[in-house]
Amino acid sequence: MRNLILLSAFLVLSGCSSSAVWGWYVINPMTDTGWTNIKFLINGMGATILISLIAAAISIVVGLIVALPALSERRWLRILNRIYVEFVRAIPLLPMLFWVFYGLPIVFKSMGLNISIDPFWGAIITLALSDSAFTAEIYRSGIQSIARGQSEAAKTVGLNYIQTMRYVILPQAIRRILPPLANQFIYIVKMSAFASVIGMQELTRRANELVVTEYRPLEIYTLLILEYLVLVLIISAGVRWLERKMGSDERR
Amino acid sequence: MTQNAIEMIDVNKWFGDFQVLTDVNLTVKPGERVVICGPSGSGKSTVVRCINRLEEHQKGVIRVGGVELTNDPATHETIRSEVGMVFQQFNLFPHLSVMENLVLGPMKARAMSRKDAEERAMEYLTRVRIPEQASKRPGQLSGGQQQRVAIARSLCMEPKVMLFDEPTSALDPEMISEVLDVIIELAEEGMTMVVVTHEMGFARKVADQMVFMDAGEIVESGPPAGFFEAPKSKRTQKFLSQILQH
Repeated sequence: MRNLILLSAFLVLSGCSSSAVWGWYVINPMTDTGWTNIKFLINGMGATILISLIAAAISIVVGLIVALPALSERRWLRILNRIYVEFVRAIPLLPMLFWVFYGLPIVFKSMGLNISIDPFWGAIITLALSDSAFTAEIYRSGIQSIARGQSEAAKTVGLNYIQTMRYVILPQAIRRILPPLANQFIYIVKMSAFASVIGMQELTRRANELVVTEYRPLEIYTLLILEYLVLVLIISAGVRWLERKMGSDERR
Repeated sequence: MTQNAIEMIDVNKWFGDFQVLTDVNLTVKPGERVVICGPSGSGKSTVVRCINRLEEHQKGVIRVGGVELTNDPATHETIRSEVGMVFQQFNLFPHLSVMENLVLGPMKARAMSRKDAEERAMEYLTRVRIPEQASKRPGQLSGGQQQRVAIARSLCMEPKVMLFDEPTSALDPEMISEVLDVIIELAEEGMTMVVVTHEMGFARKVADQMVFMDAGEIVESGPPAGFFEAPKSKRTQKFLSQILQH
């Protein structure tokens, strides 16, 4: 039985590779080429992080702006929110990326605007837009989970809508919003890999380029996966820390 | 002629098809204490919540301090700044300390300095007899203490009228009197108030006017003496006998 597992593992692994022989030398830090290759791959980290952070920041703001009309008493505002969420949520990321990168500049041009979109901003716009629909739903459920009595009490001590949100509702909702929001951020980091197809030099793009020259997909993609794993683990740890900090604040 | 603190003229309200208030007429003079009682679902809370526009009425006129409540949000803010409210469930802000609960309104809605707001907050906390709890979170206080904080929070806005929506219904029996004592004190100082309550002993003590509601209507109203000794309507008699028996 054990031999069978080993054999099948070997077959699968060798199938992925160019030959049945392991080729870890491509990313062996002890050799010059290996080290250069590793540096080449890891240098994509900056772009992946930057794209994800900016996209997440935009999505957090846009998501809130999209979510607030959903909580309005006015029906047309709620409908507006529904249309945005349902529409944006339905578009797969890759087609949206193509549309933004190749299509949007044409739309701009037809409007007489000369705005070109480079891969960097193309990726950010797409990720932020796509994610904002999900962020909006997270905000909505988080805010709705705060008892109505809270906003009523805020009204009776004279707070207006924005003050009520800022000082009463959001500080309470944020505790419930944070874990799913962190989830979304991890999702953004992973989806940023799509930016590789429009030529953005991030982690995945660099791995692809190296595979083409070295023809060692197993080893290079294994390292790529580990790179994302490390990134996501760091984010998780950060969020845990933040949650603990806020939790202890509540108990005090 | 002095202006009425609250006027409700032929107020009607529906939740969907269901009529919750039918031709409610109520006048509260400055300094007057009105107690509203009635079985649950009779619309008494709704009356109080219409006065500061937590609920919208569909027909009739509501005036608070001479200002009519319309769909214009500006009138809601004007009126809410005159009217304090205490809820059954306290509705304190759990993420803020007692002191922060008290100064939030004065600082943000009245642009008061923190120092002045805290001074005023301490004054009212002392009046509800819990100045030593200022730095605690609401969750660390007993129900009775929380409700007293809620009363102090309303008073910090120095309202002309106070609304109490079943202020003791969520409390353990041994805490009811500490909250009622605070309200009685407030009444003795001449605060205009409308209180929804089932505490009939308390009602008898503070009320200038008793109002009995059933099925969205005001069935009977009048001074407490006559109301308790010789209620006119059958429904009032039945309600009072049920509530006073035990």
